[in-house]
Amino acid sequence: MQFIDKAEIMDADGIRRALVRIAHEIVERNKGLDNVVLVGIRRRGVPLARRLADILKNSENVDVPVGELDITLYRDDLSLKFEQPHVGRTMLPFDVEGKKVVLVDDVLFTGRTVRAALDAIIDLGRPACIQLAVLVDRGHREIPIRADYVGKNVPTSRKEVIHLRLEEYDGIEQVVISEEASE
Amino acid sequence: MTGTAKDNISEAGRVIDLSLRGNDLLSLQEMSPEDMELVLSTARSLKEILARPIKKVPTLRGKVVCILFYEPSTRTKASFELAARYMSADTVSFSSATSSVKKGETLADTARNLSMMGVDLAIMRHSVSGSCHFLAKVLDIPVVNAGDGMNEHPTQALLDIFTILDYKSRIRGLKVAIIGDILHSRVARSNIFGLTKMGAEVSVAGPSTLLPPEIESLGVKAYARPEEAIEGADVVYVLRLQLERQAKSLFPSKREYRDFFGIDRYRLSYAKEDAIVMHPGPMNRGVEITTDIADSPRSVILDQVTSGVAVRMAILYLILGGWD
Amino acid sequence: MAGDLLIKGGRVIDPSSGADRILDILVVDGRIASLSESIEPENGATTVLDAAEKIVMPGFIDMHVHLREPGFEDKEDIETGTRAAAMGGFTAVACMPNTEPACDTDAVVAGILERARKKAWVRVYPIGAVTKGRAGKELAEMGEMRAAGAVAFSDDGSPVATAEILRCALEYLKSFDAVLIDHPEDMSLSEGGQINYGLTSTVSGLRGIPRESEEIAVARDLLIAKLTGGRLHLAHISTKGALDLIRQAKAKGLNVTCEVTPHHLILTDETVLETAYDTNTKVNPPLRTQEDVDALREGLADGTVDVIATDHAPHHIDDKWVEYDYADFGISGLETAVSLIIDKLVLPGVISWMRMAELMSLNPARILGVPGGTLEPGAPGDITVIDPDCEYSILPHNFESKGKNSPFIGWRVTGAPYGTIVGGKPVMYGRRLVL
Repeated sequence: MQFIDKAEIMDADGIRRALVRIAHEIVERNKGLDNVVLVGIRRRGVPLARRLADILKNSENVDVPVGELDITLYRDDLSLKFEQPHVGRTMLPFDVEGKKVVLVDDVLFTGRTVRAALDAIIDLGRPACIQLAVLVDRGHREIPIRADYVGKNVPTSRKEVIHLRLEEYDGIEQVVISEEASE
Repeated sequence: MTGTAKDNISEAGRVIDLSLRGNDLLSLQEMSPEDMELVLSTARSLKEILARPIKKVPTLRGKVVCILFYEPSTRTKASFELAARYMSADTVSFSSATSSVKKGETLADTARNLSMMGVDLAIMRHSVSGSCHFLAKVLDIPVVNAGDGMNEHPTQALLDIFTILDYKSRIRGLKVAIIGDILHSRVARSNIFGLTKMGAEVSVAGPSTLLPPEIESLGVKAYARPEEAIEGADVVYVLRLQLERQAKSLFPSKREYRDFFGIDRYRLSYAKEDAIVMHPGPMNRGVEITTDIADSPRSVILDQVTSGVAVRMAILYLILGGWD
Repeated sequence: MAGDLLIKGGRVIDPSSGADRILDILVVDGRIASLSESIEPENGATTVLDAAEKIVMPGFIDMHVHLREPGFEDKEDIETGTRAAAMGGFTAVACMPNTEPACDTDAVVAGILERARKKAWVRVYPIGAVTKGRAGKELAEMGEMRAAGAVAFSDDGSPVATAEILRCALEYLKSFDAVLIDHPEDMSLSEGGQINYGLTSTVSGLRGIPRESEEIAVARDLLIAKLTGGRLHLAHISTKGALDLIRQAKAKGLNVTCEVTPHHLILTDETVLETAYDTNTKVNPPLRTQEDVDALREGLADGTVDVIATDHAPHHIDDKWVEYDYADFGISGLETAVSLIIDKLVLPGVISWMRMAELMSLNPARILGVPGGTLEPGAPGDITVIDPDCEYSILPHNFESKGKNSPFIGWRVTGAPYGTIVGGKPVMYGRRLVL
């Protein structure tokens, strides 16, 4: 599938500013960082969670633990997909029991990924609460899920796709809106 | 639902090729090294589930796995059953003692009956070599070989390789000595095919009556004395002496076997200092392996058991996952 | 018998006379009357068969067939087995005694001949058992069986059990002028075996049958034949070593003959793996290696091998659609032999058409001492017509045999039996049975 970029909706500064704001909101909402852990949804939620942890370390001087969650085994759409997703590893260097878990993902769309992530987290233990942070909310929810922290709301059509590009994967920092190339 | 698919692509899992999906797993002789790597890396990811308080993921919910055992087994059967259940598949098992096998029903009939009950995958152990290939011809659903006669036991070899990787981090260039009854051992055959494909140097040894003809054509070195095979080995793989299969006078007594072919402290001293000792179980302690070796820190025999569940979860996921 | 039969325009190949040219053949009263470059039908009662572009040979005789009757009619019976023979281009078959009951008395021989008289499409020559019940303990009444019509004696299915009983049988048969056909196998080496012992048995995990199982038995048989001076024929030779032993014995003037099967001339044990353990590859003696196949082909060319026989061993699907170890041994061969021999041996130039006729007609007739094997005037009007150009796929549902157990299913071959004429009566012509 070929995609053609239509517009850049965030550049490197934009991404950084959004994450800083989210970090502040996390501190405010939770009245500090006691028992807060960040869990990135593989793959692009993981680097975002690490960046949030770095920002919190700088501003609050607190080491917030970061975990990685692979939700492949919890997805409800496997049979719809043409290809079989690789099972990544789930690595949480802490027990979720009693924690305030902040799930971190790049784009919130139908909500099904978050639904799978909630199931995956709950199978690992009983957190005190689960919150959701996303860099972009593009709408079109198919299940009742809402983010607690949103970097940017971007109205999209269903045909469009949001790509988060990160230095470590793509050599550039940006969020773009793109569309499938017509033949 | 197209939007969902795109959502998932954008947040993005890597995707992998589908060579195992919907297919049989009958032998390592026929399996590509790439597919073996895929099973091993998937098992690596899944192993974490075994350490969870709630050992269950929903990915194979609604799938039914049939476990057909025409030979007694506790470990392999339990391992497959748990693997299926940890992945939320339902299992139904038939063994020769409890099914109509004894009433003389043919394998083809038994299998067709099961498939009419909506089973999605069949796992079979059978005393006749090639039976899983036969079952695969009878059934439309995927078949996984859990050991056929003297032919192969591919999931055992995959879990063995997985275990070796845990300790040695590589297979290429490793020296692996397989000791014992090579002739009757499906474990030996699968390990020989799997290990040589992944670049290990494999040597085998046992009483010459228990070495199959032209074994060196499979790319291994064969020795009549265990010490020669073990010399410099990174892995010493001790085979179970299959007393039930020794129909003929292939060796005189268990005592003589122990004295000349059993793995003890002396014979193990020929291996590297950090060599690990493996055994597919169940062990005949005091025959092919002494208790002090079996229970020593060099023994990874219990790790093999854990690996077995993870590897079988991976196989079930790769064959059945997302498959309709 | 219907009127005269005239076969016009075929290339006639007759090893008994060495003839190889376009000739018409007239058959009168069931016997070859004349061969000539042009024969015109004398009256309207003469049936004329156009054999232009076809090859006409003396009728093929399969001297190693299991018709299964009496006892195993689910696998085959005399009618279906001989229909298969007719379709396969054979004008006669010799049937082995491993029936139930075994063909070990004159009564069973007579019973088979009586059934054949009513039901058979081609000539049937019973082979009697050497020992009572084929048990290898006591000699069967071979004289009585010979008198009742048995043409040869064998415990096939099993070897003649011991050197001593073989010695007695070969001596005793001198009084009755019949050949003893042994199935050479040392059972202590083959017990439990499924396929050839070697790399393929190692890779497949199936128990191996060493070539020495056959070779030891051949050596024993040759020594006993030498000791007794009896007439010995060795069945289904499959190994290079066994053939070498026979070649040496023949060079020393021993009165011994042997046969090979099409499957041993064409397939190797690797077929077992290539077909993922297809039980249609399970046969005794087992499929061997390329080295053996090459040696057998060499034996065809140099005269060590006397006969190609099918060892037609039909089985019910229930006896084959099971795990490999549980499947019966045997290949249904009557309807594929001629095409396979043409496609794999004659057309590639391994043997000539003349040699094919010798191996499949003249030599079996001489060894069994039965009429036929020649197109000389006065001989029975048993004729096989070959279409050397017919190209087709071997499909089991086209078999007349009840046994669909063939490892050649799906093979595309060139050359086919076109007509089978028994005693001047076409029982198959144009690749169809003639009612």
